[in-house]
Amino acid sequence: MYKILEKRVLNDQVKLMVIKAPLVAKKAQPGQFIILRINELGERIPLTIADYDAAAGTITIIFQEVGKTTIQLGTLNEGDALLDFVGPLGKASHFDESVKKAAVIGGGLGTAIAYPQAKKLHSLGVDVTSVIGFRNKDLILLEDEVGAVSDKLVVMTDDGSNGNKGFVTDALKAEIEAGEKFDIVIAIGPLIMMKFVSMLTKQYGIKTIISMNPIMIDGTGMCGGCRVTVGGKTKFACIDGPDFDGHEVDFDEAMRRQGMYKKQEEASCNLFSGVDK
Amino acid sequence: MSKRNMQLEKTAMPEQDAKKRARNFSEVALGYTEEMAQNEALRCLQCKHKPCVAGCPVNVQIPEFIALTAQGEYIEGYNKIRETNGLPAICGRVCPQEGQCEKYCVRAIKGEPVAIGRLERFCADYAIKHGSKPQQCEKPTGKKAAVIGSGPAGLTCAADLAKMGVDVTVFEAFHTAGGVLVYGIPEFRLPKALVQKEIDALKEMGVKIQTNMVMGKVLTIDDLKDMGYKAIFIGTGAGLPKFMNLPGENLNGVYSANEFLTRINLMKGYRFPEFDTPVIRHKKAAVVGGGNVAMDAARCAKRLGADDVYIVYRRSETEMPARAEEIEHAKKEGIVFQFLVNPTEILGTKDGYVRGMTLQKMKLGEPDSSGRRRPLPVEGSEYQIELDAVVIAIGQSPNPLMREATPGLKTQSWGGIIINEETGETSIEGVYAGGDAVSGAATVILAMGAGKIAAKSMYEYLMK
Repeated sequence: MYKILEKRVLNDQVKLMVIKAPLVAKKAQPGQFIILRINELGERIPLTIADYDAAAGTITIIFQEVGKTTIQLGTLNEGDALLDFVGPLGKASHFDESVKKAAVIGGGLGTAIAYPQAKKLHSLGVDVTSVIGFRNKDLILLEDEVGAVSDKLVVMTDDGSNGNKGFVTDALKAEIEAGEKFDIVIAIGPLIMMKFVSMLTKQYGIKTIISMNPIMIDGTGMCGGCRVTVGGKTKFACIDGPDFDGHEVDFDEAMRRQGMYKKQEEASCNLFSGVDK
Repeated sequence: MSKRNMQLEKTAMPEQDAKKRARNFSEVALGYTEEMAQNEALRCLQCKHKPCVAGCPVNVQIPEFIALTAQGEYIEGYNKIRETNGLPAICGRVCPQEGQCEKYCVRAIKGEPVAIGRLERFCADYAIKHGSKPQQCEKPTGKKAAVIGSGPAGLTCAADLAKMGVDVTVFEAFHTAGGVLVYGIPEFRLPKALVQKEIDALKEMGVKIQTNMVMGKVLTIDDLKDMGYKAIFIGTGAGLPKFMNLPGENLNGVYSANEFLTRINLMKGYRFPEFDTPVIRHKKAAVVGGGNVAMDAARCAKRLGADDVYIVYRRSETEMPARAEEIEHAKKEGIVFQFLVNPTEILGTKDGYVRGMTLQKMKLGEPDSSGRRRPLPVEGSEYQIELDAVVIAIGQSPNPLMREATPGLKTQSWGGIIINEETGETSIEGVYAGGDAVSGAATVILAMGAGKIAAKSMYEYLMK
């Protein structure tokens, strides 16, 4: 069993948990993920590692309550425990030493995963511009944390409720047009956001790394459910990724595959909410 | 002892009715009664030269256990099997006996061989039901060994080491031990409660099992050595599914057999939404491939409620690698076999779901490197079938995680770990390997045989 040491509500839909998992924490690197299962009846869900502390033996996860399992996870409290917690999985993000200036883009919950990337780059002495975007100001996550590891931070809202209306692509484009020369763009968020960031940066020829979080079961290359087309070739996000070259990923296919179990997920979610009431 | 039974055919084993079982996940074959077991055991001639034993990769003392069965000493029979085979209830169900022990049975010269597998199953089930003493282990040697992977190779290696007094820990990546026995082989062929019983029996022998340990990621071979595991066995199986690189292979509704079976067997998706892992109940499914895994996938699709399930195989029935019994069971359950056809494209709807498949007819040419006649495409013979799901069951490669994480571990170009066949030793001292991780996808019993060989060498290495 893997104990929940800390739980924080980041906004209406997003929660943070610090989980005791010493062996995972000892090996974890930015970009890697874990798979958890709440109980005997549960499904295995992959979540990117938001933070880790080898000395304390903890892994931090941040999740959005979008389906049955994440809603159920959100009902657990400090002192409760998860039945299964596996990791660290996937390849760690690789940072090229020649990178001097980076743009880190986080969309919604993706900000939680972009944060350790910004933190790592910042610690390597890279000049970091972070652009994070949310639907409205109530959903803004980790503004202070990201700000602390960025040389420049831009926070966008779709509805302009924070006074800065627009998408992350708008802000990124403005930066590039203003003459900022990024060696690399790291974009983490919904597939649609990563797709548009990649389309934008392709026009300017800026290398772009995105992080996939597809449907998967084992996370060890066994099921192939997480396959994604990259540069015309089929890759497994769990062992070949989760980071890929954004200019090579077939995002339309990925979005289609992400929706494969939509009906079942809704049914399961409704059933759970009904039982819960 | 009663009089020898000279009936030419095996004593039939009762089965669930085909129509009924095609819609449930309960076990198909129901097992012998005591009376049936005795009747069958008396068919054994008790040959002095024991040709059957030579056909068994783990050398089960077959005439001896059958003699005990004939005398009604079922638990003794079970213990006799357990002397060389740690997983009798499993082997009695999934071993391809027709190509092994039973192939060499003298009774097969005229008539059918003795039903060795069915008798093995009977003894094991009897012992599980009535309880039996745990295996005797030698006194502790104080030596520690690690086994990576808890499939048939790993469990057998662990059992043999424990018997010799070695302190063994098994590391499993999934949340449940058993490897392919729990994620691959379906409930209706191998009930999971029974696999758990066999694993519990190993635990009683002192074998420790740690789940949720993806080795190569959470711990490396060097970590294990630092932790005091002097000998290490890698039995990580053939966990990387092959695809065909067909157009449309990433459409929604196309699965590797591994994914399809894991959702159903390990994650219990057939009981969704009671269990959280979803499965889609497809109506028309095609399974590409002709092995046991393909049969399992097709029969699962049927049980999930499909109206039409096809097996699509590029050679003819003669070349099919699946066990005759599995093919027979599948046919009776209404699976439709399409021989000498190969898919060339999977067709999708505009929103990305499978709607059909283009198949090309094949003809058989000269034998290829496998000794089977090579299938050749017939130009202009393409036709289409309507489908909403495709399962690709054309084999698996060894899982890459250990080899990527272990510099110095020599592997074949296709990923199989290179070993000394006689000892199981890899290119790294103290590290052994066996099963599908070495051979590519094969059978449960061959993996078990490899686990045994490695256990013996590991013991010798530890005691040096």
